[in-house]
Amino acid sequence: MTVASPAIASNGHGVGVTFEDMHRWYGSVHALNGLSIDIAPGEFIALLGPSGCGKTTALRALGGLDEVDQGRILVDGRDITRVPTNRRNMGIVFQAYSLFPNMTARDNVAYGLRLRGVDRAARKKKADEMLDLVGLAAQASRYPHQMSGGQQQRVALARALAIEPSVLLLDEPLSALDAKVRRQLREEIRRIQIMIGITTLFVTHDQEEALAMGDRVGVMSAGRLEQIAAPTELYDRPKTRFVAEFVGLTNRIPGTAANGSVTVLGANVPLLDGSAHSGAVFALVRPENIRVVATQDGGARVAAVSFLGSLCRAQVTLPDETLVVAQMSAAEAGDLQPGTAVRVSVLPSPVFAVAD
Amino acid sequence: MTASPGAPLSAAAPDIGALAARPRGVGGGRRPSPLQRSARIAILVIVIGYLGLPLFAMLEFSTRGNYGSRSLDSYAAMLNNQDLIDGVTTSLQIAVLTVVGMLLLLVPTMVWTVVRVPRMRRVVEFLCLLPLAIPAIVLVVGIGPIYRWMGQHLGAVGASPLTLAFIDIVLCLPFAYRAIDSSLRSIDSATLADASRSLGAGWPRTIFQVILPNIRAGVLSASVLAIALVLGEYTISSLLSFNTLQVAIYLLGGRDPFISVAVSLSALVFAFILLIVIARVGGGGRRDQREVEEPAT
Ligand SMILES: Nc1ncnc2c1ncn2[C@@H]1O[C@H](COP(=O)(O)OP(=O)(O)O)[C@@H](O)[C@H]1O
Ligand SMILES: [Mg+2]
Repeated sequence: MTVASPAIASNGHGVGVTFEDMHRWYGSVHALNGLSIDIAPGEFIALLGPSGCGKTTALRALGGLDEVDQGRILVDGRDITRVPTNRRNMGIVFQAYSLFPNMTARDNVAYGLRLRGVDRAARKKKADEMLDLVGLAAQASRYPHQMSGGQQQRVALARALAIEPSVLLLDEPLSALDAKVRRQLREEIRRIQIMIGITTLFVTHDQEEALAMGDRVGVMSAGRLEQIAAPTELYDRPKTRFVAEFVGLTNRIPGTAANGSVTVLGANVPLLDGSAHSGAVFALVRPENIRVVATQDGGARVAAVSFLGSLCRAQVTLPDETLVVAQMSAAEAGDLQPGTAVRVSVLPSPVFAVAD
Repeated sequence: MTASPGAPLSAAAPDIGALAARPRGVGGGRRPSPLQRSARIAILVIVIGYLGLPLFAMLEFSTRGNYGSRSLDSYAAMLNNQDLIDGVTTSLQIAVLTVVGMLLLLVPTMVWTVVRVPRMRRVVEFLCLLPLAIPAIVLVVGIGPIYRWMGQHLGAVGASPLTLAFIDIVLCLPFAYRAIDSSLRSIDSATLADASRSLGAGWPRTIFQVILPNIRAGVLSASVLAIALVLGEYTISSLLSFNTLQVAIYLLGGRDPFISVAVSLSALVFAFILLIVIARVGGGGRRDQREVEEPAT
C-alpha cells in the first residue's frame, strides 16, 4: 500500500445526507417504515440489523437503484429522490459478483471514467492510481475470474471511488469473504475512507464489523431505525430492548426493579432509560460486567472456560440453575476450571431490564 | 467467493462454447485401468460406428460411378441444379432473417426480464417453450390461412418464402431461450447492471457493453441452433409449398437419388463446419463461466 497521490488526496469536505421519513412497500412487506437518518459530511455510518430488516432497501434507495414510495432523500441539501441512478454520482460496492467479467481490473475501474469522457491516457493513469490505493497495482491486467474474492472486492472499491463519488455506499461488501481477509479489508476500507473524507454508508448484519468501523452505528429493525449512536454509546447505553438484545452478548439475570435501579445478584445497579422499571424483571448484563471470584462458599459453579487470546470467557451456573457468561482478562481468570466453586456479582454499570 | 452465482449451467442446454473450452480442462486425475480403457475404446467405436456408418454409406453411395468406379458427377450435378440452388439460397436467407429476428426478440426481452422484472421469468420461459409442445402440423393448420392471406394481399413480399422466417423464429424459441438463459444465469446480470448504472451508464450502454459481452457464448449457441433448425426444417415449408433446401432435396430424391444424397451429405458437412467455426469464435474469449478460485489475498 502506498501513500495517496495528489489525485486521490482528501477533498476534505464530504456531503451531508438526509433520509426523511422513507417508506417502501413490496406488496404487503413494509421494507422501510418511516426511516429517518441524518448523516454528517464525511461521516462513516454503519447500518446494522438482522437479515430482512430493510438495510439494502435503504442503501439502494440512496443509490437510486430502487425507489421509495414515500419520503425524501437529500444530498448536500438537494432533494435527489427522483434523480435516476446514473446521474447521482454515488460509488456503490456490492456484496459480490459485481465486477464486469469481460473487463480487466483496470478496465473495470476505468469504466466510470470512460462514461465521463476522460481521455484514454488520463483514464489509465487514474485507474492505476486507484488500484494502487487498494494494493492491487500488480493485478491491473487480470480478469475478475483470475482474482480471489478479496481482490475482487478491492477492485470494486477502487472502481466505486474512481468516479470521485459524492457518497460511498457499501452493501455487505465483506460478507462473502473469509474471516481473516474480512478483518484486513475492513481496516483498509476505513483507512481509505478517512483519508478521502468521503461520506459513507456501510450496510452489514455483522455487529462486530459495524462497531469496529462506524463513526456512528444505526441499528435497524423491521424497516425502522431503533437507535443511532457512537459504538460505545450504543453498546453501553442501548435505548431500546431490541438494541440491548441485538448488540453484543448479554446475560438475562432475574432481579427486582424499583426507583430507577435493579437489584440483581445482591448488587444494586442503575437502570437505563426505556427499561422495565418495576417489579420482577430480567436485567440484561454484559459478560464483562460480571465478576467471578473463586471461593468455597460461593454457591455458583464454573461450567466451562474458554480462552480467546488475551480474554477469557467463563460459563457459570448460578444456584438457581441460571447459566451466565462472564468475561475477564486471562490473568483475572487465574485457575478457574470447570467445577470450581465461585461467587458471582454484577458491576454497577447501568443495565437495560426487560419484563419478560 | 468460490461458487458461481445462481444455478450451474443447465446440462440440457446445448452450449457451443463448452465444446471449445473442454480440452483444456480434462486430462488430469486418475489413470484408467486397462479394463476401463478397453471399455472406453469399445464405446467410442460403437458411437463412431453408429454416427459415422450412415455418413460413410452416404459418401459411398453418392460417389458411385459407372461399372464400380468412383466419380464426383453427383456433386458436380448438384452445383448445376437450379431448383437446388434456389432452395439453398432461400434457406440461407431465411436462416439469416431468423437469427436476426430471434436475437432482436429474445435478447432484450430476456435481459430486461432478468434485470428488471424477475418475477416474469417463469412466464417468458413458458411462452418460449410452448412451441415444443405444439406439433408442427398443428402449427401449419393454424397458421396456414394467415400465409394464404399474406400471399393474396401483400403481393411479392407476402408470397415470398422468406416469410417462413416468422414461423422459424417461433420454432427456434425453445432452443434459443435455453442457450441464452444458461448464459444469463452464469453471470449476476442484475448486479452487473446496477453497478454499470451507478457508475453513470444508461440502459443501452449497460446492455451492449456489460451484459451482451458476457452472454456472447449463449447468443452464439442460440444462433447456431436457429441456423441448424432452419436448414433442417421440412414439414412446414413443404406443407406451405415453399421451395427450401429440404424440400428441394426431397423432390430431387424422387428424380435422382444420387444427387439427393450428395446434397444431404454436403448440408451435413456444412452444418458441421459452421458449428466448429462458431465454437472457435465463441470459445476463444470465453469468460461466461467464473472459474473457481481459492481466496489468496
Ligand atoms: N425486490 C423485492 N421484491 C420483494 N420484496 C423485497 C424486494 N427487496 C426486498 N424485499 C423485502 O423487503 C424486506 C427488506 O429487504 P432488504 O432491504 O433486502 O433487507 P436486508 O438488506 O436488511 O437483509 C425483506 O422482507 C425482503 O424480502
Ligand atoms: Mg441486504
